[in-house]
Amino acid sequence: MTLTPRRRRRIIRVAGYVVFALAIVGFIAAADWGRLSDAFFRSDVAGSMFPEAITVALRNTILYTLLAFVFGLTLGLVLALMRLSSILPYRWFATAYIELFRGLPSLLVLFMVGYGVPLAFPDREIPGGVYGSVTVGLGLTAAAYMAETIRAGIQAVPKGQLEAARTLGMSHPRAMISIVLPQAFRIVIPPLTNEIILLTKDTSLVYVLGVTSTTIELTKFAGDTLNTKVNPTPLVVAGLLYLVITLPLSQLVRGLERRAARER
Amino acid sequence: MPAIEIEALHKSFGRLEVLRGIDLTVEPGEVVCVIGPSGSGKSTLLRCVNLLEEPTSGTIRLAGVEVTDPDCDIDAVRKGVGMVFQQFNLFGHLTVRENVTIAQRRVLKRSRAEADRIATENLDRVGLADKAAAYPAQLSGGQQQRVAIARSLAMEPQLMLFDEPTSALDPELVGEVLAVMRGLVADGMTMLVVTHEMAFAREVASRVVFMDDGLIVEQGPPAELFGQPREERTRAFLHRVLEPTQVSESEIGAHLTD
Repeated sequence: MTLTPRRRRRIIRVAGYVVFALAIVGFIAAADWGRLSDAFFRSDVAGSMFPEAITVALRNTILYTLLAFVFGLTLGLVLALMRLSSILPYRWFATAYIELFRGLPSLLVLFMVGYGVPLAFPDREIPGGVYGSVTVGLGLTAAAYMAETIRAGIQAVPKGQLEAARTLGMSHPRAMISIVLPQAFRIVIPPLTNEIILLTKDTSLVYVLGVTSTTIELTKFAGDTLNTKVNPTPLVVAGLLYLVITLPLSQLVRGLERRAARER
Repeated sequence: MPAIEIEALHKSFGRLEVLRGIDLTVEPGEVVCVIGPSGSGKSTLLRCVNLLEEPTSGTIRLAGVEVTDPDCDIDAVRKGVGMVFQQFNLFGHLTVRENVTIAQRRVLKRSRAEADRIATENLDRVGLADKAAAYPAQLSGGQQQRVAIARSLAMEPQLMLFDEPTSALDPELVGEVLAVMRGLVADGMTMLVVTHEMAFAREVASRVVFMDDGLIVEQGPPAELFGQPREERTRAFLHRVLEPTQVSESEIGAHLTD
């Protein structure tokens, strides 16, 4: 029997599927599910975490994320505009800031803000207690990433848009606000949402600031429960709760992208 | 008072001198078409008029206001000077209606109702009142360019600048844009038009300016400039543009093998 190119392609494709399926099935079969479920899926341990896992830990994780995101977005926008400014010292400052904070681990920055700022300004404190420190500590790093994202978005808006706006008599700031930035933000919604997802996970570092039972977030909450129950099921619960935040975000991005595609 | 008065205008990009001393006056109600080979500086000249490009030296006065004066409030001057671009440059995130109202509202501070009314009038004038709710991406190139013209007209300008308004259009869409422009000419709008549409220039221009290599080579009424060009460079350009099938290989430096 001769092998036509079409037949050959089909055989190769089916063989690929089979290998892929066997690998997954083999991996699943090889695991010791009894021991695994004893360790990671104990319903009594999971049950003991509620309702605090949601009313306190999940709530704080979302709150920290939103606060840091808003702070980071605002600062990031300012940095992006400085980076694109015609004034040299502004450009220098923005570039230096971005390089510095992109290069430092979030944990370190959070630590510096939590313990360095009180030393530097003994008579003042960041308002909002832990919430304030987290906002600034995570927001400073997020701002560096978002500044680059927003800058790329602004530069992706065709130059003719600004020219048309200026030609109609709009001042430069007015043209940026009404014409360029709305289009730039549409372009950067997907990468910015990525940034929220990264921030959500970075809130797991908040423990270095020393959180209490009211300011605790998911990872620390899971870790504490793990220690008292001597069982890692809380980690699975925390993981699922992170997905509760991040999966709808991905869904949201897809919706926004579809809307933006219609208007383009 | 002339609508545009340009004296000794020079413009360089780095070491490249694009405009090498331009003097040009446009009187109110005049329609001046600027023609010339690409790279001759005609678009740069147009963009200098409303200061999209900063002149290197020289003076430009619009209705007596010197825009090259560093103390000139250019935003105020631009309100009265419409500009239409080759690439339309409609605001992609706004509907057609919003494209036409945003500058009225933000710059002229008109109320929403008044801006909407004037937008409808001008969209009607360019034949697109039924597209007010559409986004630019949903329109053809010709429709987008007509919206761009309506957007400028809504500001009630005293002067309109056109930068190759039909060069980015499919051939069958050129006519609808030229029709709108002819309507403006009939209404007595002062216009400075950079164009490759020789038939349009011949029909509606009060004066045609031929530019080459950063200088105005010659100018005059269209019948004169197209009929009896005085300069050899003008003749050569018109020959290439008006009779492209008549250009011989020897004219472009190609050699027939013997």
